[in-house]
Amino acid sequence: MKGTFGRLVRIFLSYGVRILSLLLAVSIIAFVLVSASPIDPVQQYLIRLGTTVSPEQRTEIEAYWGVHQPPVQRYLHWLSELLKGNLGESSLYRRPVSDLIRERFLNSLTLMLCAWALSGVIGFFGGCVMGMCRDRLPDRILKRICYILSSVPTFWLGLIFLLVFSVRLKWFPIGFSSPVGVLSESVTLWQKTHHLILPALTLSLMSFSNIALHTRQKLIDVLNSEYVLFARARGENDWTILRRHGLRNILFPALTLQFASFAELFGGSVMAENVFSYPGLGSAVSAAGLNGDLPLLLGITLFSTLFVCVGNLIANLLYGVIDPRVREVGES
Amino acid sequence: MEQKNQPLLEIRDLSVSFRMYDHGLEQTDLKVISHLHLTVFPGEIVAIAGSSGSGKSLLASAILGILPRNATLRGHMRYRGEALTPQRQKQLRGTELALVPQSVAYFDPLMKVGAQADGHRRPKPTERRRQLFSRFGLPDKTEQLYPYQLSGGMARRILVSTALLPGAQLILADEPTPGMSLDQALEALRMFREMADAGKAVILITHDIDLAFEFADRVAVFYAGTTVEIAPASDFKAGPDALRHPYSKALWHALPQNGFQPIEGFQPYAGNLPQGCLFAPRCPCKTAECESKIPPIRKIRGGEVRCYHGT
Amino acid sequence: MKKHNRRTRALLLALLTAALLLTIYLLGHLIQENAVTGSFLTARQPPSFAHPFGTDALGRDLLLRTVKGLSVSMTVGSAASVISAVIAVFVGIASAIGSRWVDSLINWVIDLVMGVPHTILIILISFALGRGLKGLLIGIAATHWCSLARLIRGEVLQLRSQQYVAVSRKLGKSSGWILIHHLLPHLVPQFFVGLVLMFPHAILHEASISFLGFGLPPEQSAIGIILSESMRYLSIGMWWSAVLPGATLVLIVLLIDRLGEHLRTILDPSSAQE
Repeated sequence: MKGTFGRLVRIFLSYGVRILSLLLAVSIIAFVLVSASPIDPVQQYLIRLGTTVSPEQRTEIEAYWGVHQPPVQRYLHWLSELLKGNLGESSLYRRPVSDLIRERFLNSLTLMLCAWALSGVIGFFGGCVMGMCRDRLPDRILKRICYILSSVPTFWLGLIFLLVFSVRLKWFPIGFSSPVGVLSESVTLWQKTHHLILPALTLSLMSFSNIALHTRQKLIDVLNSEYVLFARARGENDWTILRRHGLRNILFPALTLQFASFAELFGGSVMAENVFSYPGLGSAVSAAGLNGDLPLLLGITLFSTLFVCVGNLIANLLYGVIDPRVREVGES
Repeated sequence: MEQKNQPLLEIRDLSVSFRMYDHGLEQTDLKVISHLHLTVFPGEIVAIAGSSGSGKSLLASAILGILPRNATLRGHMRYRGEALTPQRQKQLRGTELALVPQSVAYFDPLMKVGAQADGHRRPKPTERRRQLFSRFGLPDKTEQLYPYQLSGGMARRILVSTALLPGAQLILADEPTPGMSLDQALEALRMFREMADAGKAVILITHDIDLAFEFADRVAVFYAGTTVEIAPASDFKAGPDALRHPYSKALWHALPQNGFQPIEGFQPYAGNLPQGCLFAPRCPCKTAECESKIPPIRKIRGGEVRCYHGT
Repeated sequence: MKKHNRRTRALLLALLTAALLLTIYLLGHLIQENAVTGSFLTARQPPSFAHPFGTDALGRDLLLRTVKGLSVSMTVGSAASVISAVIAVFVGIASAIGSRWVDSLINWVIDLVMGVPHTILIILISFALGRGLKGLLIGIAATHWCSLARLIRGEVLQLRSQQYVAVSRKLGKSSGWILIHHLLPHLVPQFFVGLVLMFPHAILHEASISFLGFGLPPEQSAIGIILSESMRYLSIGMWWSAVLPGATLVLIVLLIDRLGEHLRTILDPSSAQE
């Protein structure tokens, strides 16, 4: 067990360094990209201010934004503030970006966690069914469903759900994670859940096919393996084989894949949150982009990268736990 | 030993073929085993010897009834005088019929070997398994190891113990020796000899012809999916004149200690078998008859041979 | 052989699918932008014989807009896929035959591109280029090459370990000669299959980003824009403006996906067996 622990520490350290280098690179690239934009953040800021601004005020604001400084200096200034924990102020919401991210991330996390768990459980189960019934009717039907689902854009699926469950059946509200006009403290858990179900369902259906098809393939590999042949020779039936060998060998790869797919999850949540007007990071990032809210755009970009990297780190660690034993399966 | 007269396993005219997609995406049937005959008695080791790629391992799968789904099986198999139907195979495998596979790859890599050796049946034979392990000289902590932590010799002994544990009567040992040192191989074969001496029957599937001659009671020479000759092992030791089939003789001559003469030509590909005798294209004494019709099994001097000209 | 040869059948189906897609594409180009103008007299009509997909809130015919939008999607999708696939080939080969330093640098870049959610990276790039067709195209092209590059790297590494490549090298052939005569012929099918399989992803991303408002200007016909407009009218029951254009998009994506599978069967039959 000591070997495993040492390996995990090594993975943690080397991947941690990698995460830092990636975050630094993303911060530079993102900063260059938003600086290159023809969209003028000062202009955007002023437009939203509504009132007429005197030239003096304008110069003051421009100085605040550092428009006249060279880009490198501006970047270094932004970076040093970032390291102090100051992500700037959102021009769109008029609040510190860090507060905004914290609050919105909590909402997004709830949504993503639900979808992640749901797609993981259903996808894994579906994959097992497909693998066990390989090339027979249940497998063919589920496989077809998976292929179709992976061709359906997330946001359209969301629209259809809205149309069916909210507009027609009136089971769920249209938009907003809490009822309009109710203070956020007095929103009950039920109301929150009520607003969460459709977006979570949409998001989970998006990643369902990926995990299901992966699990199917892994299970088929296991069923074709030499050790399952031996298990059959010893009189184990299909069900016993799935229970004793199948689950044991495919659960970890599936979990690893789930953690490694945080990028798709986050991308999907951007779409789902926009369709359902869910107040998470996804709807904030598109609003920031559309309204030229640079601090928010940069902040969320960095944060989403961190989120994805943490997922990858967990996947790598999980892989490190099973690595030596899996290596031999991989070779056969 | 009156039991000796009743065969434990009889196989008559067994053929196994696969439906496959060729590289041109044409569907073809691959006949991997054709018209195979084999009889095994209690208390003996029968070696099935032949070069690799001749479908020997599938014979074990066919006997156990665990062929892949795209395989079709024809012919007759009887176990203890009764037809070996799929239902019966299902009952017998893992109890009376046991496979001893060739390597550690046949263990689930994520399961401790103790639990694997115990198997799935309840009640778990843990006590008896522990006794077996210690008889085989495996340390107590072995049961807590994962397969990748085993040495080749340990894996071999555990694999053998999986056949001994349920008290199997017919043991199918599939290539049990490759990758082992001579000592290890001898040790493994001694284990099978012990089993046979205890009244069980062992089918030893191997391409190591020398070891087969040495340890088996009878040797079945396997060529292109069928047994061309079944003879007492002593005949193989005696030399080519004691053998009946031209392929067996050629095989004997090809052994390093007998001159190392290779046989001309190649074993036919399973998708493209000759019409008559499978060995005819390479046979020095073939006639027109050999090329048109498959020769029947003939009994000559206490052995069986599938050849028109065998003597 | 009673069964049809799968390869011939795949070829036929591929041609048929390609012809169908091409027809839709050309039809979309034939439709003039002014043909899609409408009046308030015809606004918000459910599907009928005159307007099979119904009309939108401005009275524009949705079938015409959808077909026009699809052809825009296909243009963006194919251009982005081609750029992406070319990047993938260069990066993949460089990573396989370059020094270890190059390989690990490329690996790091791939980690970087995969580390940012694609939607967000495309939003950033689109933002940098002032939201429009160009930004959308570059954004999609910049995010889709990673997996194909890894595939090609693996393929090249495998080819290089083959005997005949070693023989060529022993015979004194230059690595450029080996690249052209031994590696490229094997990579061409990989390239085309990868390209076509990338195509549906590119189209889906195009639609998603347009839906968010970062793609084409709102007056243009793009599936994402049509669907984003439809959202405003969902609650008053204009179901057709969301369902039909979206379903058509899904259909097209499925068709392209099929085309990719057929191509794979034709070019690389061994993998088609799986």
